[in-house]
Amino acid sequence: MAFYRAHVLVCGGFPCVAAGCRAVRDAIERSVREHGLEREVRVVETGCLGPCDLGPIVVVYPEGTVYARVTVSDAREIVDEHLLKGRAVKRLEYTGHLPSVSLADDKRTDYFEIQERIVLENVGLIDPDSIEEYIGRDGYHAAGVALTSMSPDEVIETIKSSGLRGRGGAAFPTGVKLGFTARAEDDQKYIICNADEGEPGTFKDRLILEGDPHKVIEGMIILGYSVGASMGYVYIRGEYYLSIERIERAIEEARKYGLLGADIFGSGFDFDIEVKKGAGAYVCGEETALIESMEGKRGEPRQKPPYPGTCGLWGKPTVVNNVETIANVPPIIRNGADWFRQFGTPTSPGTKVYTLTGDVNNKGLIEVPMGITLREVIYGVGGGIPGGRRFKMAQTGGTAGGCLSEAHLDIPMDYENLQEAGSALGSGALLIIDDSHCIVDTACILLHFFEHESCGQCTPCREGTRRLCDIFRKVGELTATEDHLKLARELAEVMQSSSLCALGQSVAVPLFTILDHYADEIKAHLEGRCPAGVCRRLPTGVDEEAYVTSHAGGGIK
Amino acid sequence: MSEMRVPAGPGGPSVVCECECDDVFLNEVEKVASMYRGRPEDLVQALHDVQSLRNYLPREALRVVARTLDVPESRVHGVATFYSMFSTRPRGRHIIRICESAPCHVAGAAEIIDSLLDELGVEMGGTTSDKLFTVETSSCLGVCGVAPAIMIDDVVYGNLCAEDLPEILRRYR
Repeated sequence: MAFYRAHVLVCGGFPCVAAGCRAVRDAIERSVREHGLEREVRVVETGCLGPCDLGPIVVVYPEGTVYARVTVSDAREIVDEHLLKGRAVKRLEYTGHLPSVSLADDKRTDYFEIQERIVLENVGLIDPDSIEEYIGRDGYHAAGVALTSMSPDEVIETIKSSGLRGRGGAAFPTGVKLGFTARAEDDQKYIICNADEGEPGTFKDRLILEGDPHKVIEGMIILGYSVGASMGYVYIRGEYYLSIERIERAIEEARKYGLLGADIFGSGFDFDIEVKKGAGAYVCGEETALIESMEGKRGEPRQKPPYPGTCGLWGKPTVVNNVETIANVPPIIRNGADWFRQFGTPTSPGTKVYTLTGDVNNKGLIEVPMGITLREVIYGVGGGIPGGRRFKMAQTGGTAGGCLSEAHLDIPMDYENLQEAGSALGSGALLIIDDSHCIVDTACILLHFFEHESCGQCTPCREGTRRLCDIFRKVGELTATEDHLKLARELAEVMQSSSLCALGQSVAVPLFTILDHYADEIKAHLEGRCPAGVCRRLPTGVDEEAYVTSHAGGGIK
Repeated sequence: MSEMRVPAGPGGPSVVCECECDDVFLNEVEKVASMYRGRPEDLVQALHDVQSLRNYLPREALRVVARTLDVPESRVHGVATFYSMFSTRPRGRHIIRICESAPCHVAGAAEIIDSLLDELGVEMGGTTSDKLFTVETSSCLGVCGVAPAIMIDDVVYGNLCAEDLPEILRRYR
């Protein structure tokens, strides 16, 4: 094997691709070649390194020097100065610590100390296209152990006692779910990896798939073995071009190595994986809608029960798990349930991957133990609110999650505590909003999303989302009354109790938290005032339809 | 050639096929669809492939897909109109998807949307007169870390401000 004196890691997470990392990587490779360093320096495109707004990010090992917002011309300077002359380019150096970067001399800051990496242990550290690098990081060891020395029941017991709960939003205990399918008697069962990540503000699953695709494959093999499924599917958003490419390549590699296919590890267990592309429908993240879509139909949710665990794809017992849940499985099998339980809280063990967006200094991908407070995330890892503004609202769990105010900053973030506060951990999206934004304008945007994404199958959701949009548009135009708000509450209650799936049921979550936590600001709107100065009364004599269309804040048509 | 502006949003009337659905094209559709013959469960994948031929799904093409996969035409139409990535109306050569959900909104997406539509002289959902661009909204592009963002075909542009748009569009003109 070739030995290199330096490794240059270029972040190839999708946000960095959007920021132009490919051109930077090419420029570094070109410059390395021009200097004749290609036998000494290896350039690797990795998965996400974390702070997306600092991209493109480049890390030079063995020093572990992090360069942020690197341009093509900077790339040449890094090669000239750092790799040729051994002097770090101070101008570009990022002095904060990235948890994905291991350092010889540890210069950790407190901010990143609270991060703990289980799911993301390899993301940003290895070349996602290289199965060897994954194996070099103990990859497929857990699958080997499970298939050759554990019975399916033992695998399920281990996952059960680890306390792992579904990371897609519903938080159902994973081991219990596996138990249902394992007990179901059928000649064919399926494992589905739900990578239809559509929750606004969430992009963790894509970065896991793009940064460490083999981990998801390994997790699926273990799950397949535990319930007796021989076929797995990754249902992935059609817009996630890079994720599709990486996971397909990884599946191909795994087949070549005999890690997928017949008689894996000589255990007699057969398993294979196929990728299915979605076509742009938020509701397909709901497991039964996803299954409908996989069967080649409109992605309309099914009546439950029966649940997919006993009657899923093609009516066969099917386990549907989120990408992050599956990525937790190999480390649990490798290190044991007790090891997993040392992280997080007794009822919510482990870590949670969040995507931090909005008005915070450090946006991007983080993984922290369950149970740390919102304040620690925003002011610690997130680095606080930029521009000297004041924190106003944090929406946890994506658009379908609750909106928490300053009073909730010290709530431990786990399933129980957030639920008690009227919110949810959900998919791990954390949207932070400062005091320059109006709560009614924000509510309009959230409600418009539900209106747009309602699949139209059941009446409470189809009609309810539209009426709620209308009501909040009126509030934003400063023409609503107390009666409108009463109606909104009643509508949301009906939707919560009578919608067919979680989409319609969960509209109440953001709505009620906004109505409860920001009552004064909403009251001001009823009195004709917008404290943030965002909403304006609809001028008289204006064509309402045209005005609404052009006035984005009031809901884009 | 007349200007082609199609009504925005799912509420607009469905357009009768106005493409040049000649036999050559329909043969091509059949060729693509026949890779999925006997696998009606792959209808969504088949429609992805067929759409990549002309960036939209003409009614005639849906008919061919229905026949080839042995699926009722009504179901093919139902699926083609359910998913936001599929269009049964003619679209431009490049599809611009723009995110309008909360993380992008907080980062100033409204201004980007206005500038983009201004720059192209279209309404949301519309196609430019030179048939080069169609602008569509997306509920989330999954790149919220670099919001506000737009996606042109399969390329994402993030951390945008309105001034960046002309330069980005120029690359496609």
